[in-house]
Amino acid sequence: MRRARRFGAITFLLGCCAVIGAEPARLPADQMAKAIRLDAISIPTPGELFAALEKPGKPNWVGQMRGPIGMTYKNRAQIALNLGGLIADGFIAVEAKDSQQVKNIGTDIIKLAKALGVSENVLSRGNSINEFAENDEWDALQEELEATQNEVKSSMQTHRDQDLVILVSVGGWIRGTQAVSAAVMQNYDERAAKVLRQPALVNFIQSKLNDVSPEMRNEPLVKEVTSELPEVEKLVTFPAGKAPSPDDVKKVNDAVGKIMTEIQTKEAQ
Amino acid sequence: MKRSIVLAIILAAATALAAPETDSEVNARKAALDLAGAFSNEGFKMRDGHWSGTIKPHDHVLVAVNLYAGNQYWFSVGATDTAKKLAVSVYDETGKPVETESYSEGEKAAAGFSPTSSGQYYVMVDLVEGNEGSVCLVYSYK
Repeated sequence: MRRARRFGAITFLLGCCAVIGAEPARLPADQMAKAIRLDAISIPTPGELFAALEKPGKPNWVGQMRGPIGMTYKNRAQIALNLGGLIADGFIAVEAKDSQQVKNIGTDIIKLAKALGVSENVLSRGNSINEFAENDEWDALQEELEATQNEVKSSMQTHRDQDLVILVSVGGWIRGTQAVSAAVMQNYDERAAKVLRQPALVNFIQSKLNDVSPEMRNEPLVKEVTSELPEVEKLVTFPAGKAPSPDDVKKVNDAVGKIMTEIQTKEAQ
Repeated sequence: MKRSIVLAIILAAATALAAPETDSEVNARKAALDLAGAFSNEGFKMRDGHWSGTIKPHDHVLVAVNLYAGNQYWFSVGATDTAKKLAVSVYDETGKPVETESYSEGEKAAAGFSPTSSGQYYVMVDLVEGNEGSVCLVYSYK
């Protein structure tokens, strides 16, 4: 009886040790593969990316602004990609605290949104952007830009233009990454460079592009952008916790810069 | 900061018009936005995007998010009042649990942390106690 009690006590103690020493349970790979992935929550906004970039020190945002882009695109895919890029430009202008630039970009966003036939609700956002820019309300402007982007996407969904939603996100991510990589190149800092690591995000964008209708997938510009993303995915795949070197950052900037040029200048059919 | 809450609620209403949501989904979303609003007072910006769905007792949902090193994040969850206790936990891209600050009270729960590495993370929402109902996840960053 006493031996049985002693055995029980030892077993209990060994059990306790096992529990104390055990690592918390990891997620199984199949569960991670089945996780919910949504444009609305799995793709970060340019504002989130820029907030992280600013932590080590204020980058040269003025230097990341670009000149006006064409407003006469005929191809809907190209308009959607450029609309995403313009919204990212709006975030850059807000970070640079350039109210005139914000107003110009706001006007261009509305022009492109109109060309895609989005709802009147989105168009009225242009007035709010102007008003906030006039009063230098930078936080409100960031929120307004994010709300504009979401309302554009929501309107596209309502009008059964689901394929265009991912293109707006792609345009925004590429333009945001172009600006961030350029800012890191200008003033290299390991902490800032770490924000460029996003392999799963690029992979998700690719999977969403593969889900668009065959007509949209076969648009020459969409085809070209899609074909270049696997290379971008490789370039933003650094070991976790390790910062990319200045040369790695330049490679990312070259790759996304090339795509941005195509989006901006190519006259799609 | 109040403006972000108002904007989020306006957007919630606009989205509801675009894609009809049930009353329980709207209530869950309101609970999530209420909780996230508290973090806005500490300078966190609330993202407009959200995930909504249903959750069963002792079940969980897993949502993939892509985060940036350097930012701080709070993941806020709200549910219908059928939920008595919720839990939010975060895992890194290898599936390893991440240490978070946690909050849980009734049909609301949140987890906050600062990633040291940019990349994909998984947010797990558990219905620890209560009955099946709608649940909504939003997140804030600074």
